[in-house]
Amino acid sequence: MQKLEDVIKPYDQNFTTMVPTRFVKFFRTCLIWQFIRFVHINIKMILVVAKSH
Amino acid sequence: MARLVIMGGGVSGHTAATFAKKWLGKDHEVVVVTPNSQWNWIPSNIWVGVGQMTKEDVVFPLAPVYGKAGIDFKQAKAVSIHPEGKADDETPFITIESTKQGTAGETEEVTYDYLINATGPKLNFGATPGLGEGTNLGEHTVSVCTADHAVHANEELRKIFDKAKAGERQKILIGTGHGMCTCQGAAFEYIFNIEHEAKKAGVRDNVDIKWISNESFLGDFGIGGLHMNRGGYAASSRLFAESLYSERNIPWLIGAHVSKVEAGKVHYELLDGSTGEEEFDFSMLIPPFAGVGLTAVAKDGSDMTATLFAPNGFLKVDAKYDAGDYANWKASDWPETYQNPTYDNIFACGIAFAPPHPISKPMSSPAGTPIFPTPPRTGMPSGIIGKAVAKSVCDMIQNGKSASLQKASMAEMGAACVASAGKGLTDGMAAALTVYPVVPDFEKYPGLGRDLSHTFGEIGLAGHWIKHVLHHLFIYKAKLKPGWTLIPE
Repeated sequence: MQKLEDVIKPYDQNFTTMVPTRFVKFFRTCLIWQFIRFVHINIKMILVVAKSH
Repeated sequence: MARLVIMGGGVSGHTAATFAKKWLGKDHEVVVVTPNSQWNWIPSNIWVGVGQMTKEDVVFPLAPVYGKAGIDFKQAKAVSIHPEGKADDETPFITIESTKQGTAGETEEVTYDYLINATGPKLNFGATPGLGEGTNLGEHTVSVCTADHAVHANEELRKIFDKAKAGERQKILIGTGHGMCTCQGAAFEYIFNIEHEAKKAGVRDNVDIKWISNESFLGDFGIGGLHMNRGGYAASSRLFAESLYSERNIPWLIGAHVSKVEAGKVHYELLDGSTGEEEFDFSMLIPPFAGVGLTAVAKDGSDMTATLFAPNGFLKVDAKYDAGDYANWKASDWPETYQNPTYDNIFACGIAFAPPHPISKPMSSPAGTPIFPTPPRTGMPSGIIGKAVAKSVCDMIQNGKSASLQKASMAEMGAACVASAGKGLTDGMAAALTVYPVVPDFEKYPGLGRDLSHTFGEIGLAGHWIKHVLHHLFIYKAKLKPGWTLIPE
């Protein structure tokens, strides 16, 4: 897995940015968690669509 | 029998035409005039541009679909609108020029009772020297604006990857090709797809990738950015976007007006007035949009284009065009019915309507060069507006001109957006976003301008799956397959 120091360099343009930790990266590709998020995001999108019509 | 003519068969025009025909049935006529023989699901062009889909995956022929639906399809480009008809016949009409093989160049007059302008934009490559000539893409950069452009982009990208594999260091530059571009989201998605493909091809270490755009901050997206509810904070899209670029080791150049493109080099001017050059081996720069160049003619033959169209070539609708300085802007400036104020039988939808002003804060360089994103009107809002306009016209046809019109203000409408990086079901990543409303309403939602309970963003594989679902769902809907009306815009 890519390490933070591979992309964030002191005093560089991106030094002040928010970067994901290993914990966040794991859950981004965890199939069980992502399935739950898939359902959740779909519901949220449907609500926005319903509110927009 | 009334005749509704729709100029344009993209997301908005196709939505308007298909719903209008469904509601009007055989009693009235629906005519679609579009220069393209095929319908294109434009969001998936990004995947064509990196070789993950073919052109055939994102287009289908319109003629059979319109034939089945009973819609009169004319493959032609609209040239002029004559809302008062002629001196001896006041029936309004448009002139069109065929783009169909065999009859290309032939002109025709098409009369109408109601007209919907859904032409979409002119891809104004000619606005930046070297980016292209007029509507035509130039030789130095690529584009993903059309399926054909995306096919070409992928061919060029593969050459870059081959050179990188051979050990030749390559530089990729993605972003916007002018100070007043919109559609940053498409370039945003494309740069992350390229980065993902470079990794997959094993050449990422030999490819430098850089972002250049007219946004004053990353994550503006032409809507002045947004805040989303994350970890107990109303977090700015700037944090979200900067994080994505940082994580992928992509540096950025923002507040940039690309003033000239040469072979392997762009010249730019920044908001602080400084100028510079950026070299590239491969570059995809989104062109600015303009109206397609329709003219309007009065019955005495005089030009009345300025009556119907704003200076940028987009059709005037019921928007407040004299709002002035951005400090005076209100959500209510944005149009609700998309009816032309001069002719009540003319409407616009999608990119073709003239917005009252930008959404992002207008900025310019000390030399006076405007550098800020123009407002997006694509995707979900485009479809919703097309459907609302079609309903208004149908109501006017069936119940008389006094029928109440449908309202679909972008200040009371949300948008869902999925920006992928890769296409695999178990690899890559996607950012799924919703924003409500698209145009911030600082009176209704003081401070942030948006409803935090309906504005969110999330990164993960789930976004990929949603993008896949949307791709198949919207092409299914556009083909008018059984149950198509149940699929929302």
